Amino acid sequence: MLFVAPWLITFIWFTLGPFIASFYLSFTSYRFHDFPTWIGFENYTRLFTDDAKFVRSVLNTLYYTAVHVPGIMLLAFFVALLLNQKVRGQPIFRTAFYLPSVTAGVATAFLWIVLLQPNGLINQALGLVGIEGPRWLTSTAWAMPALILMSFWGLGTTMIIYLAALQGIPQHLYEAASVDGAGVVRKMWHVTVPMMTPAIFLTAVLQIIGSWQVFTQALIVTNGGPRDSTLFILLHLYRTGFEYFQMGYASAIAWILFVIILIFTIIQFGFARRWVYYEGANER
Amino acid sequence: MSAVTAPVGGTTIRSRRVRSIRGLVRLLTYALLAGGSIVYAIPFFWMVRASVMSIGMFFEDPPPLIPNPPAFENYVEVWNVGPVHWWIANSVIVSFLGVTIGTLVSALVAFGFARTSFPGSRVLFLLVISTMMLPQHVTIIPQVILFRELNWLDSLLPLTVPLLGGAPFYIFILRQFFMTIPTELDEAASIDGASRLRVFWTIIVPLSKPATATVAVFSFINHWNDFFFPFIVLQSADRLTLSVGMRWLQAGQYEAQKLHLQMAIAVVAVAPIVVAFFLAQKHFIRGIALTGIKG
Repeated sequence: MLFVAPWLITFIWFTLGPFIASFYLSFTSYRFHDFPTWIGFENYTRLFTDDAKFVRSVLNTLYYTAVHVPGIMLLAFFVALLLNQKVRGQPIFRTAFYLPSVTAGVATAFLWIVLLQPNGLINQALGLVGIEGPRWLTSTAWAMPALILMSFWGLGTTMIIYLAALQGIPQHLYEAASVDGAGVVRKMWHVTVPMMTPAIFLTAVLQIIGSWQVFTQALIVTNGGPRDSTLFILLHLYRTGFEYFQMGYASAIAWILFVIILIFTIIQFGFARRWVYYEGANER
Repeated sequence: MSAVTAPVGGTTIRSRRVRSIRGLVRLLTYALLAGGSIVYAIPFFWMVRASVMSIGMFFEDPPPLIPNPPAFENYVEVWNVGPVHWWIANSVIVSFLGVTIGTLVSALVAFGFARTSFPGSRVLFLLVISTMMLPQHVTIIPQVILFRELNWLDSLLPLTVPLLGGAPFYIFILRQFFMTIPTELDEAASIDGASRLRVFWTIIVPLSKPATATVAVFSFINHWNDFFFPFIVLQSADRLTLSVGMRWLQAGQYEAQKLHLQMAIAVVAVAPIVVAFFLAQKHFIRGIALTGIKG
């Protein structure tokens, strides 16, 4: 009990307390320097009926999630499959694919500002194959795809999780499948994919949670623009709370964000039983 | 791992075809891996290259592949945009405390969860897992109010004091790892009269070096890269961490772009991470595999 005490104290003080407080604040009008006044559900009604920017930010985040999550999972899966072939120099390839995911942050965001310039690396590369690249960061249509493209550079963590899972698949399953006359495609579909479902599930949960918390890129690379086309929900929360100091209202946004993430996670866990296969579970 | 297996007693023509298909697949694998690696590595070279370009070169079309003459003065100039030495010092302080105190406390708490059971210990552990999933942004507003009341805003205290409780994610990883260490070892030590703390220090810690190292490295990278939280609680020029200070280099509405300085400071900010990565590469890979499988 004594060992757990430090965590418990900071948990109550810095997490549980603020968690409850933010729920309370979401029903108040609070401008940081006065006292909060109770206004009931007003913040929540305003969010959904009188705040186009909020609705926009939710839709933008949904758009990002819908493309980023499947995209990064497919790419990472493909790279992991390649790396899992017995290739020479595997550590070098692995490092190249993994490194970008640990250098994330403001520095990466700065880098991508340069890469996405009209005459930047991305458009130069597109030029090589005869495509005239868009003005990524100043176009309302292309700013979000630009951020999604940038997100694919950070597939490393997902890729390593897949690679570990691939390496954990017992070889005898493939041998048994070969004996039964299964080809490459059937082995992939009936052995690899089922054995990978726990890892796929885990990364899906993590990536969706992460998508709803995009902040740094949206602030640094596009600052929510142009014309709110990359206004993510968290950026909206930040501006509301810490630029306009509407802290009650911002708390309501925080709670909506929390509920959205909770719903996504619960739905995924609910469906998991249908498709996620746990090898150990059968043996009980 | 053989993708295509020739049937026993197949004709030579057939097995030759199979062999050539297999060779082709291998070739394709290498080509894709090499191509992909280059695509993923090029931005780093671009960053270093752009960090020694003069601002004028950025607007040439296309910008020169090799900046000539290289503008090394960017690295001097970037030093003067703000108290960069303080930003680096603050980042070093926070990251160092995160790696040392954060990891140590997380390990102690994890030990508590792995090795002692007391009323409510299961519920508390469930709470640790739930907090892992709880976005920090839900609690950020009351936290800022709390820090204001404590007079902690615009100091490193909000970034460091919470370290004294450990971090849920690290507690979780370490607890999972400690569970794999046979309890016979600590029982034997207990019989010999070792205290709990001694068991922790002389048995658990040495046996769990890989997990502890993983957590320490993760902790360093996360603290070094952290942006949202320090961005909100820090304000004065000399109190910022590096990642927050870097925002000073973003052009204001009426200012010219400072892309060359942004790249120079980006190199400075990324370098420690890259060094840490290569020093501790095996811990990274193992660590993610560890969390991935057990999560």
